[in-house]
Amino acid sequence: MFEALSEKLGSIFKKLKGRGLLREEDLTAALKEIKIALLEADVNFKVVKDFIERVKARAIGKEVIESITPGHQVVKIVHDELCSLMGGEDNLSLSQRKIHLSPNPPTVIMLVGLHGSGKTTTAAKLAKGFKKDGRRPLLVAIDTARPAAIEQLISLGSQINVPVYGTKAGDSPVRVCSDAIKKAHSEGWDVVILDTAGRLHIDEELMKELDDVKAAANPKEILLVADAMTGQDAVNIAKSFNDRLNIGGVILTKMDGDARGGAALSIVAATGKPIKFIGVGEKIDLLEPFHPERMASRILEMGDIVSLVEKAQEAIGMEDAIKLQKKLKEDRFTFEDLKDQIKQIKKMGSLENLFGMIPGLGKHISRSVGTVDEKEFIKIEAIINSMTKKERESYAIINGSRKRRIALGSGTTVADVNRLIKQYLEMKKMLRMFKGGKGPGLNKFKFPDLNFFRGRS
Amino acid sequence: MGLFERLKQGLSKTKKNLVEKAEVLFLGRNVDESLLNELEEVLIMADVGPKASAEIISTLKEKFKKGELSDTVGLKNALKEEIKLAIQDGSGIKITKERPYIILTVGVNGVGKTTTIGKLAWRFKNEGLKVILAAGDTFRAAAIEQLEIWAHRSDTQIIKHKSGADPAAVVYDAIMSAKAKNMDAVIIDTAGRLHTKTNLMDELKKIKRVINREIPSAPHEVLLVVDATSGQNVIHQAKIFGEAIGVTGIALTKLDGTAKGGIVIAIKKELNIPVKLISVGERIEDLRDFNAEEFVGALFG
Ligand SMILES: Nc1nc2c(ncn2[C@@H]2O[C@H](COP(=O)(O)OP(=O)(O)OP(=O)(O)O)[C@@H](O)[C@H]2O)c(=O)[nH]1
Ligand SMILES: [Mg+2]
Repeated sequence: MFEALSEKLGSIFKKLKGRGLLREEDLTAALKEIKIALLEADVNFKVVKDFIERVKARAIGKEVIESITPGHQVVKIVHDELCSLMGGEDNLSLSQRKIHLSPNPPTVIMLVGLHGSGKTTTAAKLAKGFKKDGRRPLLVAIDTARPAAIEQLISLGSQINVPVYGTKAGDSPVRVCSDAIKKAHSEGWDVVILDTAGRLHIDEELMKELDDVKAAANPKEILLVADAMTGQDAVNIAKSFNDRLNIGGVILTKMDGDARGGAALSIVAATGKPIKFIGVGEKIDLLEPFHPERMASRILEMGDIVSLVEKAQEAIGMEDAIKLQKKLKEDRFTFEDLKDQIKQIKKMGSLENLFGMIPGLGKHISRSVGTVDEKEFIKIEAIINSMTKKERESYAIINGSRKRRIALGSGTTVADVNRLIKQYLEMKKMLRMFKGGKGPGLNKFKFPDLNFFRGRS
Repeated sequence: MGLFERLKQGLSKTKKNLVEKAEVLFLGRNVDESLLNELEEVLIMADVGPKASAEIISTLKEKFKKGELSDTVGLKNALKEEIKLAIQDGSGIKITKERPYIILTVGVNGVGKTTTIGKLAWRFKNEGLKVILAAGDTFRAAAIEQLEIWAHRSDTQIIKHKSGADPAAVVYDAIMSAKAKNMDAVIIDTAGRLHTKTNLMDELKKIKRVINREIPSAPHEVLLVVDATSGQNVIHQAKIFGEAIGVTGIALTKLDGTAKGGIVIAIKKELNIPVKLISVGERIEDLRDFNAEEFVGALFG
């Protein structure tokens, strides 16, 4: 079984880091491993080849050989090249990653892509985002081919209170979208999102249909919706859609899985178009902006620290975070604090997403601890609520009869209470380790609350 | 157009990419180390994956060293043999004597589970079997409606609950109904789920337990639906779904679209889960039993 790209690179660079000087044969060996790892991550073969050449050219020069820490240098070069390949800040400016709005509304946005890539879900996610921005989006179902596709969009639209224009299966997509745009004009909907049917990039007839829709709707943005799990063919797919329609950018879906992002590299390399958003779940609010830096870091197992910190700050607030840090330093973390932490984690959204962002931890967590569900939280909260103030401050006084009382009061069992205490102790232990910077790859990570769940098997 | 012809047509893109590329590569060349290395690239580009590709090529290199590959014709035949060997004993779907025969269909989001079920139901119906579809995707918007349309097209029955209902309850009802009406097969649709979501994998385990409680020998087939457009992540999918509920076969979809079918080789080589069905088009009759001989034959024209 293959390992994830970032894990492989991690182990190669650990080897490199151990040495003082980087010899050419070390570099060659490392690059060979990087090549295989990238291929296993589904980066297109040709893209990999170019990538390796570029890294080699930069690494083999004096820059590395003369440096005292060649391992670090190679890591940096690989990281930089990955960034620039995915359209790092210097290649594609941030404003290009936004969705362009047209000066005379409605702005028409057209979503295209293969079958099942996530167009319909993404259409609803975008609509929700626009609504949050104070715009008046209209969803248009022009997938008149797939069974129940229109019903799907109508159902999503009603969940977010956005109207859906769509007639019946078998209608002409061109007609439907022309009618919808007219309607948007007369009723004042300022963003029109077209959900097209899934199609193969080699299906001439259906690709022609997209030409026609484009001509009729004159979209400001055509976005290719692509699955993050796509293999070597990502290049051909992206290229075909781009050559035909001149897309404005890409939305990469299903990034909440364990796909390492090879498709992202391939698509950008093939089209030069930016990835604008990533889909990170099935729920309608799980759409995030794409950041090449973060993505490169994620691939290299540096973890998506920036996203995590941003999310945590949103939920926790600086003051609380500082207070918590202090407590941790003094080893005064109580059940009361644990309860607060859970409240905050709940505010931060899906656990899986959060775990995924923690460097060196995401993968293990999702395997062994991913079973923590929101119900588990309710239980933990109930148990803590049934403790007296004293018990919350010092777990040591919780004896057998207290445990029974707590279990009774919280509607749980003594075993549940025992488990929570055990987890709490493990967490305390982890926190101490963390403070000392001994945690595996955790030294940079400042929000130890999440580590709690690691103790659960 | 005969079935074999259609298969060939469906796979024409794959053929173009893999075989013709190899042929162009071979043109006017002698067999040597560097030709074999280039052949490895062709395999990787076809999603065979770096590991499986390296294995195939190293076998070919050994043959070459032993002097068994004198020219590119010999090389081409040897490649064909290697691929055939790797994917052999992938067999089609067979309904045994068990009644009702329970097929559980699972997979990540958007791979084509519902469509595959529709096509399979149509095929069973044509074989004279009585089929019930279970609308176990109660999560995705309009998934139930989508399956209903397929039930209608294939003229089979469907058991459904409301959107948001417990899928295990739907499955239970479908099995009860199949028993009561002496149906031959139950095909269960489930919501797409990423293999990394433990809670959703637990939901599948629960569905399997419910089936198993009602019919101890069931599910008789756990079909993992895999999108041929996806790359090596499929191996993760197959491994984790397999560990969770014991996948018995793979249905490979969208083979008409992707320029590669090489993932078939990687799946079989790495996990030994047989590919049972392949889908080479959008029409109801485009679902086919997988057959290694035929597959390689179509690949090599
Ligand atoms: N986990 C996850 N699932 C997603 C994401 N985006 C979409 N999906 C799921 O992927 C499946 C296909 O999504 P759809 O939105 O129906 O895809 P589509 O491109 O409209 O499909 P067709 O119209 O059939 O071509 C559904 O099960 C969605 O719930 C995502 O970011 N993460
Ligand atoms: Mg759709």
